[in-house]
Amino acid sequence: MAVMTYRDALRSAMAEEMERDESVVLLGEDIGIYGGTHLVTNGLIDQFGPKRVIDTPIAEGGFTGAAIGMAMAGMRPIVEMMTWNFSFLAADQIIQNAAKLRYFSGGQVNVPLVIRGPNGGGVQLSAQHTHSLEGFYGHFPGLKVVSPATPEDVKGMMLHAIRDPDPVIFLEAGALYGIKGEVPEGDFEVEFGKARVAREGTDVTLIAYGRQVPMLLKVADQLEEQDISAEVIDLRSIRPFDKETIVESVRKTHRAVVVQEQWRYFSVASEVCAVLQHEAFDDLDAPVERVSGAEVPAPYARNLEIAAFPSVEQVISAARRVLYLEK
Amino acid sequence: MAEVIMPKMGDAMEEGTLLKWLKAVGDPVSEGDALAEIETDKVTLEMEAQEDGFLTNIFVEEGAVVPIGEAVATIGSEDEVGKGAPAPAAKSEEAAEDAAEATEAVPGAEEATSEQEEAAPAAAEGAADQVADRRPGERVRASPLVKRLAEEHGIDLTQVAGSGPNGRIVNRDIQDIVSGKVPTPKAAGEAAPSEEKAAAPAADVSGEKVDMPRIKRVTGERMTESKTTIPHYYVTFAVDMTEALAFRKQVNTALKAEGGKVSVNDLVVKAAALALRDHPEVNRSFVNGELYQHDQIDVNIAIALNGGLIAPFIPAADQKSLGSIAKMSKDLGTRAREGGLTPDEYQGGTFTISNLGMFDADEFIAVINPPQVAILAVGSITKTPVINDEGEIAVGNIMKITLSADHRALDGAEVATFLQSVKKYLENPMLLAIG
Repeated sequence: MAVMTYRDALRSAMAEEMERDESVVLLGEDIGIYGGTHLVTNGLIDQFGPKRVIDTPIAEGGFTGAAIGMAMAGMRPIVEMMTWNFSFLAADQIIQNAAKLRYFSGGQVNVPLVIRGPNGGGVQLSAQHTHSLEGFYGHFPGLKVVSPATPEDVKGMMLHAIRDPDPVIFLEAGALYGIKGEVPEGDFEVEFGKARVAREGTDVTLIAYGRQVPMLLKVADQLEEQDISAEVIDLRSIRPFDKETIVESVRKTHRAVVVQEQWRYFSVASEVCAVLQHEAFDDLDAPVERVSGAEVPAPYARNLEIAAFPSVEQVISAARRVLYLEK
Repeated sequence: MAEVIMPKMGDAMEEGTLLKWLKAVGDPVSEGDALAEIETDKVTLEMEAQEDGFLTNIFVEEGAVVPIGEAVATIGSEDEVGKGAPAPAAKSEEAAEDAAEATEAVPGAEEATSEQEEAAPAAAEGAADQVADRRPGERVRASPLVKRLAEEHGIDLTQVAGSGPNGRIVNRDIQDIVSGKVPTPKAAGEAAPSEEKAAAPAADVSGEKVDMPRIKRVTGERMTESKTTIPHYYVTFAVDMTEALAFRKQVNTALKAEGGKVSVNDLVVKAAALALRDHPEVNRSFVNGELYQHDQIDVNIAIALNGGLIAPFIPAADQKSLGSIAKMSKDLGTRAREGGLTPDEYQGGTFTISNLGMFDADEFIAVINPPQVAILAVGSITKTPVINDEGEIAVGNIMKITLSADHRALDGAEVATFLQSVKKYLENPMLLAIG
């Protein structure tokens, strides 16, 4: 095991796979000479040269479409969105082409494409750079959507994503690039569609993914001081979605709180609620609580940005509500 | 076919006993005809037909206890006689809902529910051993988990109090039952909650079980609730009734021609009513932590029945003459013993008097009749040596009266001044005539 940052783990996954597989290429804005706006691809152009680490024009629809074409032709491109917010400019390519070509072609053509970049907020980039798009992309059949929260998962899931035969929406927790954690040595994959029990508990299940997972671990510590044993589940894969792990947990705890940075309605948390009421109805002792982002475009001001996203206090309060300890 | 349902004959009624069918299947009936005798908590009543036709079906046997709103018979045309009982379950549910709605219309009841809601989070533990306080026909709210566990463990949720929002029964409310710490409440039909508690030590009870009249059970439940939840305390006064006895003799001589008669108890009723007028703080109710002042003074009189107890009241007793109190009291007593009181004659009242003087009891203490805040226990008049105003030993006619008071509503000094007032009226009986 080596301790490394989320950013370095992510870079090492791409670099190692580029060593192993010549068909893996990187495309994106400022990813080469500049090293990437978030330094994720820093140094890779020196290692692999400008033909495999391609600096593109500021034209998301164009380079995403090009990458889809490369994938159809048998390459394994990895496209960086400087932030996922810019993917709206490439949404037609992603949704209309990447997600549907395998279906349209009756399985003759695959699109082994990874689109990656920071998702969500928390680093004061204001409303146009702070969207959380997991609910949006999770909606479309044909896409795979993941949102890792630890250095180990980001590496294992990136390796799996590159090797996956279908387009993968790889949502990185931008606010977590600098966190450190243990990462196994060598080649390993974290397969999609499997949630992770980040902490075991018996009284209430706290469910999240991405940036909210470390927060839930803090919440669980504080709940423990109140003699409440919280189980924390990191969904990490949005599509395919792992029902079994959350249902199994709620069968044990009988209560759940789902936390997400994105807005409440038509969101991942809505889906979790739907799954739990359907699959674990007879085990629920209280309605499932959602803690979500405020229903406003994300504010720029630091104090307002903090107020607009789920807080430790809000989650503790929701956990106490499902335990009928407060209203 | 129209259903005949167990009617709701008073706020507290949840079920009635069908004592006797007065019509048989096939009998023609007209609206207003007595179909059956039913017994409610306290009285026996006739159940009347609501329409014309023939009694087509009878669903319950004599002696059966039937929840309000449940169908007991049907009325239809002659050719429907004996043909097919409708699915009573579905319809009776509807009727029960109607009954529940009717109850909801009662002011107070609504408030009580919202109070409970607020109290809910505090009642985190120990809810399992409380008996559910649900209105008749009210839906049992329970979490899905609780419903599943109840089915697996055979728990009757109607007997369980819920500590969640809107009285929802949640996991913690039944954990003690599931884990066996608390006995499993049986289905309502099998055993009433009161029996449940009594049933616990049944193993070493000897002797033959005696049929308990319904009224005794109801009284028992109410008195248990009163004595276990109200902080009772007691203040006793000795009243010299010498003047009152002379006054009564004089009054009764005057009334002889009309056939009227005033009892010692009537004097006590009037004296208490006047004292209540002087001390309105005793004429109150304590409900859900709040005190309510009554403008009218309605004095209940505890009447012993064959195997039970009932306390009808004399409305506005302070406004009534001794003669009309005496007349009314006699009439209530006679009809109470015949089971002929109507619910509005015994449901209510603001202060209760219990008198065991006629049975030679020297003195006793009574249990408060909730939501009232005090009850007066009256003993017999006993010839007793007293020191009179001249410092001589004389023969007094002493009657001990004891007030049981709710300490949440009344303090000792308030009770003592109230009893001073009662004593003043009884020892100066002319005040009873002019008050």
